[in-house]
Amino acid sequence: MLKFIIKRLINLIPTLFIVAAIVFIITRMIPGDPASVLLGPQASASDVHRLREQLGLNDSVFVQFIKYLNDLIHFNLGQSFAYKQPVLTLILERFPNTLILTFCAFFIALLVSIPAGVIAATRKGSWMDYLFTVTSLFGISIPVFWLGLMLVLLFSVTLGWLPATGMASSGDGALAFITHLILPSVTLSTIPMANFSRITRASMLEVMNQDYITAAKAKGVSHFFVVMKHGFKNALTPILTVAGMEVSSLLGGAVLTETIFSWPGMGQLIVEAINKRDYIVVQGSVIFLAVLYVLINLAVDILYKVVNPKISYDTKGGK
Amino acid sequence: MSESQPLLKVMNLNVQFHTNKKTIRAVNGLSFQLNKGEVIGIVGESGSGKSVTAASILKLIPTPPGEIASGEILYKGQDLVQYKEKDMRKIRGNEISMIFQDPMTSLNPTYTIGNQLIEAIRLHKKVSKKEAIKQAIALLEMVGIHEAEKRLKMYPHEFSGGMRQRVMIAIALACDPSLLIADEPTTALDVTVQSQIMKLMKQLQIKFNASIILITHDLGVVWEMCDRVIVMYAGQAMEEATVQELYENPYHPYTWGLYDSQISKRTDPNEALHVIPGSPPDLSQPLQGCPFAQRCPYAEEVCFKEKPAYVEKNKGHKVACHFQTKTRNLSRKERDQNG
Repeated sequence: MLKFIIKRLINLIPTLFIVAAIVFIITRMIPGDPASVLLGPQASASDVHRLREQLGLNDSVFVQFIKYLNDLIHFNLGQSFAYKQPVLTLILERFPNTLILTFCAFFIALLVSIPAGVIAATRKGSWMDYLFTVTSLFGISIPVFWLGLMLVLLFSVTLGWLPATGMASSGDGALAFITHLILPSVTLSTIPMANFSRITRASMLEVMNQDYITAAKAKGVSHFFVVMKHGFKNALTPILTVAGMEVSSLLGGAVLTETIFSWPGMGQLIVEAINKRDYIVVQGSVIFLAVLYVLINLAVDILYKVVNPKISYDTKGGK
Repeated sequence: MSESQPLLKVMNLNVQFHTNKKTIRAVNGLSFQLNKGEVIGIVGESGSGKSVTAASILKLIPTPPGEIASGEILYKGQDLVQYKEKDMRKIRGNEISMIFQDPMTSLNPTYTIGNQLIEAIRLHKKVSKKEAIKQAIALLEMVGIHEAEKRLKMYPHEFSGGMRQRVMIAIALACDPSLLIADEPTTALDVTVQSQIMKLMKQLQIKFNASIILITHDLGVVWEMCDRVIVMYAGQAMEEATVQELYENPYHPYTWGLYDSQISKRTDPNEALHVIPGSPPDLSQPLQGCPFAQRCPYAEEVCFKEKPAYVEKNKGHKVACHFQTKTRNLSRKERDQNG
């Protein structure tokens, strides 16, 4: 097991190199010059040139890349052009906000979708099954930005129950913190919710037809335990896979949701950085997220083993 | 329960499955009874309604689409058909246990053997976890699994097919059931393991004087294990007799067909194996006449028109065939002599 984890962490190195290279190339391909964006349209050509020199933008792209890699090896994500702060500081400032939002959205999604999926599967063909299926289809189809705006319109503008945008600061108290969190989390939870309930239903349907389910009933196990003990644990593997993917993408910062609700998270940071042509921040954030992605996938792989005893990472030539 | 009362009495059982626009009559008016300590075999080819009968006794038919349409299943004089789900749970695994066909898929892959065995014990017996573990170890040793304590912590995938079936038997016996239903317990196992499992079942049957309903398509298993046999076809009983009677003097041409399809020492390796031509009737269509008539080499006009009555021709030997009741008498011995 430990060997497996170490092997996976070593695999991280080439992955990160490739990610770094791709992000580096893409950011350089964005039209526009960070120095002119920073100095504004009135700046003189010589000022722009001087700033470019300072930021190291006058070196050839190749030299810039080598310098960047050298920084990365020393765990240095660089200094932001626009914020005049180390990129890591910026990320660590924003990431907890994204983490809070992700956690809430994920929690809401699981809370609704798992029971819905299980009920739909065990009562296949009932009105509840149809209701959940249609609802989850809506959940997947509705554009997040539209849903977010509609929720703001209803709950903030019309009803005035919840704040429309922003995140409460530490001085505002717990209630403000929660009320600010509700709309963005609900908005963000719809797609994972729909995905989870669909996969839970499909997986449960398959499992409930297995022989060991009949065998469990024949032992005299009650319906609830047949479903939850014997059924659900076996249905978990595909649910875990989807959950891992959803968490990774949520942590990547829900760009649309964070923008609509002015949520100061990773998604917003990246969007702002792109607008300001702040290459270093974009690169740093993407690499940070890539590391997270790999780590989450590793965690999911480890969880598979907990759920499914057939999986072993210790055998020779195993995964 | 009085001495004379049979342990299980199935009367005129009808089980149906409703699919899209069709109703499949899987079991059609089946009646039989089982006394305490008796082993009864139900034989027949695939689709004859054997397994549905077995599942119906424990009310494990998936409903919908399945349904016990009519009939009675009297267990110790109580009609299980009328039982609610909650009451059935007290019967399942406790009074009546079941062993399934495929041990590879009948154990839950995500729980240890111990967990599943202890679950079976503690569902019906009020014992502490410690005591349950003790009993589980004893059960595993009884079914011939060594180092039982270590095995409890293992998962089904770490066991071979034969071992898993032993575990299934241990689970079935966990609460000393009065009746054991074994639905083709050896079909999915290879031949040497089959005979081991059958031997084990025979030993346990003698030891506990258990009543068993053994569902199989293997007549060899029937000769070894059973006291009485019911031959099923198209959801109906075609013939019923003691093992010896049926072995020596089978009445029904369908039973003959099953006999002839066996592989024995006398089977000529150079000849094609005997098969019963055709396939069982479509049970979604109403049956007219004898259900076997289409495939019966002796069928006459009456067989297609009139359903043969199920009558006791000899003491304890029942048969549903016109040749035994109405028209000329057919016998297997005569047929064999005439070539």
